Amino acid sequence: MVDFCAITLKRPIVNGSGTFDAIAARRAFGVALLRDFPFGAFVSKTITLSPREGNPPPRLWEAQAGMINSIGLPNRGLHGYLEHDLPQLAELGVPLITNVMGSTAAEVSQLVEALDDRDEVAAIELNVSCPNVATGLDIGADPGSLAALVRAVRPLTGKPLIVKLTPNTADVAAVALAAQTEGADAVSLINTLRATALDRSGAPWLGGVTGGLSGPAIRAIALAQVAAVARRVSLPIVGMGGVSSGAHAADLIAAGATLVAVGTESFRDPAAGCRIWEELKSLQIAGSGSTTVNAAQAQVEVDVNSGDSA
Amino acid sequence: MRVTAPFGRRRVAVTGADDVGAYRVLHAADPDGPVPAPGQFYMLAAATGWGAGEDERPFLPRALSFLGAASGGLSFMFEEVGPGTRRLCGLVAGDELWLTGPLGNGFAAPPDGQRAILAGGGVGIPPLAAWAGTLGAGDVAVAAVLGFRDAHHAEGARLVPASCPQAVATDDGSVGHHGLVTELLSAELDRDAAAVVYACGPPRMLEAVRALCEQRGVSAQLALEAGMACGFGACFGCVVPVREGGYVRVCVDGPVLDASRVDAIPAH
Ligand SMILES: Cc1cc2nc3c(=O)[nH]c(=O)nc-3n(C[C@H](O)[C@H](O)[C@H](O)COP(=O)(O)OP(=O)(O)OC[C@H]3O[C@@H](n4cnc5c(N)ncnc54)[C@H](O)[C@@H]3O)c2cc1C
Ligand SMILES: Cc1cc2nc3c(=O)[nH]c(=O)nc-3n(C[C@H](O)[C@H](O)[C@H](O)COP(=O)(O)O)c2cc1C
Ligand code: FES
Repeated sequence: MVDFCAITLKRPIVNGSGTFDAIAARRAFGVALLRDFPFGAFVSKTITLSPREGNPPPRLWEAQAGMINSIGLPNRGLHGYLEHDLPQLAELGVPLITNVMGSTAAEVSQLVEALDDRDEVAAIELNVSCPNVATGLDIGADPGSLAALVRAVRPLTGKPLIVKLTPNTADVAAVALAAQTEGADAVSLINTLRATALDRSGAPWLGGVTGGLSGPAIRAIALAQVAAVARRVSLPIVGMGGVSSGAHAADLIAAGATLVAVGTESFRDPAAGCRIWEELKSLQIAGSGSTTVNAAQAQVEVDVNSGDSA
Repeated sequence: MRVTAPFGRRRVAVTGADDVGAYRVLHAADPDGPVPAPGQFYMLAAATGWGAGEDERPFLPRALSFLGAASGGLSFMFEEVGPGTRRLCGLVAGDELWLTGPLGNGFAAPPDGQRAILAGGGVGIPPLAAWAGTLGAGDVAVAAVLGFRDAHHAEGARLVPASCPQAVATDDGSVGHHGLVTELLSAELDRDAAAVVYACGPPRMLEAVRALCEQRGVSAQLALEAGMACGFGACFGCVVPVREGGYVRVCVDGPVLDASRVDAIPAH
């Protein structure tokens, strides 16, 4: 059992937003999905106020040890999520974290208020990789914009508020500190790194022209950014970026993460969350002989005898 | 028709591989998998040497329709077009594969009394060959029109059950009709305009079939392809635009789509 912002998770492994659609996975795998659901909590894809179709294809590029996606945040919009998705997600039997994004504080406020009303939602994650309409800069790239956003929405909910940090910024720890100062309960990182790909003629491959790089290619960056943030803030951290094994999860925990999110690896192995958790448990047992995980900032306690994965 | 997959990927043994004309046919044991529905596909990756090639690709698993499924085994058919299919072409008996599936939906049978015409090209053969087998075992009359680059590729037509009458077209005229598979399809539809068309093949061929069926008012089911990362609806990467507006994911809403839902088949 893991405690994260007063939410109890059966395992410290969650999914990265937008990398696992539990409703679609249930169509593909049937109830077998629920028997050993890979994640200790389920994080939704980014939800926006209005429905979005997403970017024109092609949306994917396979890169060196990773991939670039230019999906463009397709989603049913707030209303569709609340009416259609949330009741189905509640059947997963794990805490639900809803990830939201808006281009103004007013939009994000509306999203947060609506989610605050719903008991099925355990926590809210703010995706701040969205341009500020006034400055053109990503809100999450600028500590000032980020502080203003968190200040506006913090009073609107008693649910844990997680800020999903973007790595596309000069000083991610400064942004994390702004989130902490304004009352965020946790931070999650890293989101994808801005990237692009060209076809043989030199023209952009992706329909959205630029996209985000994820997978093993970004793991070393994730580790450095999680460590940098852990040094500057005391908030619990959801660490992610290129995790494909229990050893990678252990690295992020050693760097200061409480929870580890799995993204791209689920594409290669739909049950990656289960495997990574098993690997992490055996590393922890083999490690110190203690049931408490390693290094300085680690806050996760794993009861190796709890057998929750059985 | 959708058969759900066991959750997660499974490691299976390659039991053999052979060349059929220009194509590679790979056989794998799948003792724990269900019997898939024709049109469904699997995500495949070699258990070793996946991610170590030129440009470190392949990294993601590759979508392949199954060609056949019998007694705890599956077969696939493909041609080398890049690093993923190159690695799969190199597999021999005793090697191992990661397999997830069956995924997506399969074809739906034609209404009672109607004939099925299968229209395929190149590596679009597998779902049609599997479907011909299923339909032939029932009492649906079925015929196939198949297009290939040349005689060497046209050997792939052998993979469609012999019980299914077939006509072949090649681009270079080295065997069969010299021209396009849609010319053969058009002739078939002249004889029987009430048939249901089932099609799979390269985008340009599929688009020609779609346009022909639309023009003739013939109902058609198209097995589409799209670049995929996950195959189970997780990444939203594999979309095609649909007439009702927006996009659908080929991996969970397809790969088989009713032709009336699509406007034009995108080039990639
Ligand atoms: C449902 C479904 C069923 C299929 N069934 C079959 C089948 O039965 N037999 C068969 O042979 N094929 C089948 N395919 C197609 C097959 O999945 C692809 O041909 C295969 O993924 C190619 O992989 P590759 O690494 O060999 O080639 P790639 O290098 O991936 O090249 C394939 C195409 O991808 C694009 N591309 C090139 N580089 C990149 C990159 N870095 N990132 C993204 N895209 C790139 C280009 O358009 C290129 O032409 C199916 C596809 C789908 C979706
Ligand atoms: C296809 C894809 C879609 C994503 N969609 C979202 C999203 O909607 N919202 C979000 O906050 N992050 C999104 N992400 C970022 C992931 O949650 C994660 O931060 C990132 O991929 C790094 O982890 P990984 O290397 O394990 O994939 C997406 C990533 C991918 C690959
Ligand atoms: S391939 Fe990932 S959603 Fe279809």
